Amino acid sequence: MPAEFEIRGLKKVYRTGEVEVHALRGIDLDLARGELVVLLGPSGSGKSTFLNIVGGLDTASEGTVLFQGQDLTHARERDLTRYRRDNVGFVFQFYNLLPSLTALENVRLVTDIASSPLDPREALKLVRLEDRMHHFPAQLSGGEQQRVAIARAIAKRPKVLLCDEPTGALDSATGSVVLSAIARANAELGATTAVITHNASIAQMGDRVVHFADGAISRIVAVERKVAPEEISW
Amino acid sequence: MRSVLDLKLLRDLWHIRGQAFAIAVVIACGVATVVMAFGVQRSLELTRAAYYDRNGFADVFASLKRAPMSVLADVSALPGVATVDGRIVRGALLDVPGAMRPSVGRLVSLPRTEGGGLNRVTLRWGRLPRPREAGEAVASEAFAAAHGLKPGSVVSANLNGKKRKLAIVGVGLSPEYVYAIGPGLTIPDDEAFGILWLDADAMEAAFALESAFDDLALTLLRGANEQAVIEGVDRILAPYGGLGAIGREDHLSNAYLDAELEQLGTIGSLIPPIFLAVSAFLLNFVLSRLLDTEREQIGLMKSFGYSGRTIAGHYLKLVLLIAAAGALFGVLLGAWLGHAMTGLYTRFYHFPLLHYELDIVVLVGAVLAAFLVAVLGAAGALRRAMALAPAIAMRPPPPPVYRRSLTELLGLSRALSPHGRMIARHIERWPVRAGVTSLGVGASIALMVSTLFFFDAVELMIDVFYYRVQHHDASVEFTDERGPGIVHEVARLPGVLAAEAYRAAPVRLVHGSRSERTGLIGIPEDGDMRRLLDEELNSVSVPPEGIALSVTLSRRLGVGLGDTVEVRALQGRRNAASLRVAALVEEFVGETAYMEAKALDAFLGAPYAVTGARLVTDEAHLDELYAAVTEVPAIAGLTDRRRAVASFRASYAESMNIALLFYVGFAAAITVGVVYNAARISLSERARDLATLRVLGFTKVETAVILLGEFAILVCLALPLGCLFGYAIAAAMTSAFESNLFRIPLVITVTTYSNAMLVGIGAACLSALLVARRIGRLDLIAVLKTRD
Ligand SMILES: Nc1ncnc2c1ncn2[C@@H]1O[C@H](COP(=O)(O)OP(=O)(O)OP(=O)(O)O)[C@@H](O)[C@H]1O
Ligand SMILES: [Mg+2]
Repeated sequence: MPAEFEIRGLKKVYRTGEVEVHALRGIDLDLARGELVVLLGPSGSGKSTFLNIVGGLDTASEGTVLFQGQDLTHARERDLTRYRRDNVGFVFQFYNLLPSLTALENVRLVTDIASSPLDPREALKLVRLEDRMHHFPAQLSGGEQQRVAIARAIAKRPKVLLCDEPTGALDSATGSVVLSAIARANAELGATTAVITHNASIAQMGDRVVHFADGAISRIVAVERKVAPEEISW
Repeated sequence: MRSVLDLKLLRDLWHIRGQAFAIAVVIACGVATVVMAFGVQRSLELTRAAYYDRNGFADVFASLKRAPMSVLADVSALPGVATVDGRIVRGALLDVPGAMRPSVGRLVSLPRTEGGGLNRVTLRWGRLPRPREAGEAVASEAFAAAHGLKPGSVVSANLNGKKRKLAIVGVGLSPEYVYAIGPGLTIPDDEAFGILWLDADAMEAAFALESAFDDLALTLLRGANEQAVIEGVDRILAPYGGLGAIGREDHLSNAYLDAELEQLGTIGSLIPPIFLAVSAFLLNFVLSRLLDTEREQIGLMKSFGYSGRTIAGHYLKLVLLIAAAGALFGVLLGAWLGHAMTGLYTRFYHFPLLHYELDIVVLVGAVLAAFLVAVLGAAGALRRAMALAPAIAMRPPPPPVYRRSLTELLGLSRALSPHGRMIARHIERWPVRAGVTSLGVGASIALMVSTLFFFDAVELMIDVFYYRVQHHDASVEFTDERGPGIVHEVARLPGVLAAEAYRAAPVRLVHGSRSERTGLIGIPEDGDMRRLLDEELNSVSVPPEGIALSVTLSRRLGVGLGDTVEVRALQGRRNAASLRVAALVEEFVGETAYMEAKALDAFLGAPYAVTGARLVTDEAHLDELYAAVTEVPAIAGLTDRRRAVASFRASYAESMNIALLFYVGFAAAITVGVVYNAARISLSERARDLATLRVLGFTKVETAVILLGEFAILVCLALPLGCLFGYAIAAAMTSAFESNLFRIPLVITVTTYSNAMLVGIGAACLSALLVARRIGRLDLIAVLKTRD
């Protein structure tokens, strides 16, 4: 499979006054198109930093990230916006829905600006929320809100799906519904997917598990038998 | 060690520095207007008093035909008289090289000893005439400036029938002629009328007044009875052709200056409190929204065990710090601008000195007011903060409950993009917040309207006084009473299309303990050159009996329609009568009384005479008319409307404009401060939503549209609101003016409204730009990490 991302020597240093925090100390990683990787690692090991750079939200201090051969690390702000708009779907721990829009409208927010999006209703169907689409975020449970966020992320048919602790705020049962929505999007849309989690048992849903430690990749494990999220519980 | 809360305080303050600055500006403007207005008022009074004192401005003035110097001793012997000065004051036509028209000069003899006498002249440059030198004169500064007179300039004067050349050797100022108002004129015209001071002996010789005087000025001892002295002077001077002594309040220049300072004082006492009140309201709006954005932090602190009181104290400190900065800035700004404004007035009035003083009570009062306003402004939000349950911070924030907006229920939803819907729902979700934003912006626009309105009022005053009341475009005044036949002579002058003679007489109106000296003017029942207007500005005919008073005059006397006033003529037979007030007439400028012409003749008694004529002229021949008038010895002065209006603008209107421009500047600064704050708070309230949009791939412009679209709608709502409030404030001010004896018409033009709105829109665009820049710099990652 062709590499969607080629990441070489990626470093990120935060400078706060005198103190320098080396959040990423040189990451080399290729992500294959359509692959689902799970990022594991202790708190502060640099997972979110990595994901944010890959998603075009943040810039690296050193190194390169090539997306389909295009350099993200030296792209201009405007090009990064384009990149996010056309290619990336994000799912965050705290949902980040716009409270003034209904579920459907939150999805439409993205499909309106995407080039070949799914029908927003289809996207909501994928996360099994078709009957709640006219509800506002305040009228939805946390898990339902997160599923709307996933629908919103996948509705544009992203080439890349990035999820930072998508189940962090959810219980196990709700969490696995959310995870299966992510897995389905990965399988049915072929989006290259990265999921950050603290939960080792979730790791089995991915093709590979990338372990982070202290700003570097300590180990990469290929999963032999991929497990469907519904079968995982924690 | 500094407490953690104090550290937070400083960080918060730094974080909201833009807003804090804008709030401080609003407070500073409120404080500065108060400090400035009171400072200027006090300083001008002090400067005038110091000037009067230093130059020996007299308390009582009298003109007469001629009296020997020995009479001065009799006057000094009157109880209460301090110093008496006898002088020669004569009128003369002046030919100034380069001037189109001859000017009217007043020649005044200088005291024989330098630094002696009263109403002493302060030399601006040059020197006094040499003793006994008849060919030298000191000119009044305004007249010299109007004609570009320099040392060595020569003017020719007609002294007692003889043409004389007078070399200007100096330029001076006198407290007697702060405003120089010539004979036959009602307002100063520095080109048409000027003062020349000459050597006393030279004057005596020129006017054959050896060892005699024809004008008298005196100062009073402290506590003297001015009225008794005036009566004594009149008694002593009666055999010498005394024309009636007057006190300072009837002295033309002083009265004019009094009127202006009173008007300035009124503006200065009306506008600043309104500014302060509006800044209090704005502060309330700004602070409560600022504190509302801190809700979660407040809950969090409570969950750690901070008491509501501690937290309230913390935010109170924040508010007081901002208020202190604003008050300090305001005091400095007010003091500085007050000094600048006093300087402008000093130059405007040609005061030779400037005495600037700030009242410590005003300073302390303004600063305390600023603190009070800040605390009141924050009180509501602080109470809410104290009442907030700590659980707010522990629970994930419930997304605010949105509903389908009214616009959608009305079926407009199809027309709205998701952007449009977000805007509509956000406004409808927070109607109070949106309403308060519109109100706040509206209030600041109202300040603009209510200060700019004064310019409209002045224009209407000019229109009423010079155009609606006067249907003639020029008038002449005779040197003394003349037979009615003179009007035919006037009508034959070049450029005169029609002439209507009138009679005017100086009178004293008495009502109870109040009395006013004024002019009583006759209006023929069938004439139509001079109109009377009622309070609704409709033309009314002159009442056949009784007296008509201007509204201002009636207020000063405390009389109403149907009351009777005692009218005492100050010339001729000095008849007196009790007359019914038959009409109140509006003219905004001036305080004049009117009677039907025949009734006036009957009151004043024979011989029937006229004192002036109203003219309709052919403007093309105005110069010829001016030239011809100088050949008619009976005519003391000619005023044409265009020149009078220009002169009014240059004096009365200009003195108001100086102050108003400052207030307009403040109003604009407040508008900018408030609008910026409104925009900035919307940004912090919605930063998270906006950042999420950016993460989702929306461009900066698309994101900005959502925030600024809402802001634009609120500003648009604020525009008509501001105009409405502005009208209300202007109405309140005009009615406050009425009780202050001044009359200001309530009229606001479209231009004023649109200028005020333009400032609002300009401020909005500027703020939008600043806020849009911040949208570009939103920290996307921070937004994703934190919950709110
Ligand atoms: N804005 C910042 N300034 C300074 N240091 C930062 C900043 N953001 C992150 N860091 C540091 O970078 C390192 C990596 O942070 P990152 O958020 O990537 O960790 P993470 O692996 O996602 O942790 P967690 O599992 O707790 O979310 C941490 O040590 C963190 O303190
Ligand atoms: Mg993280």
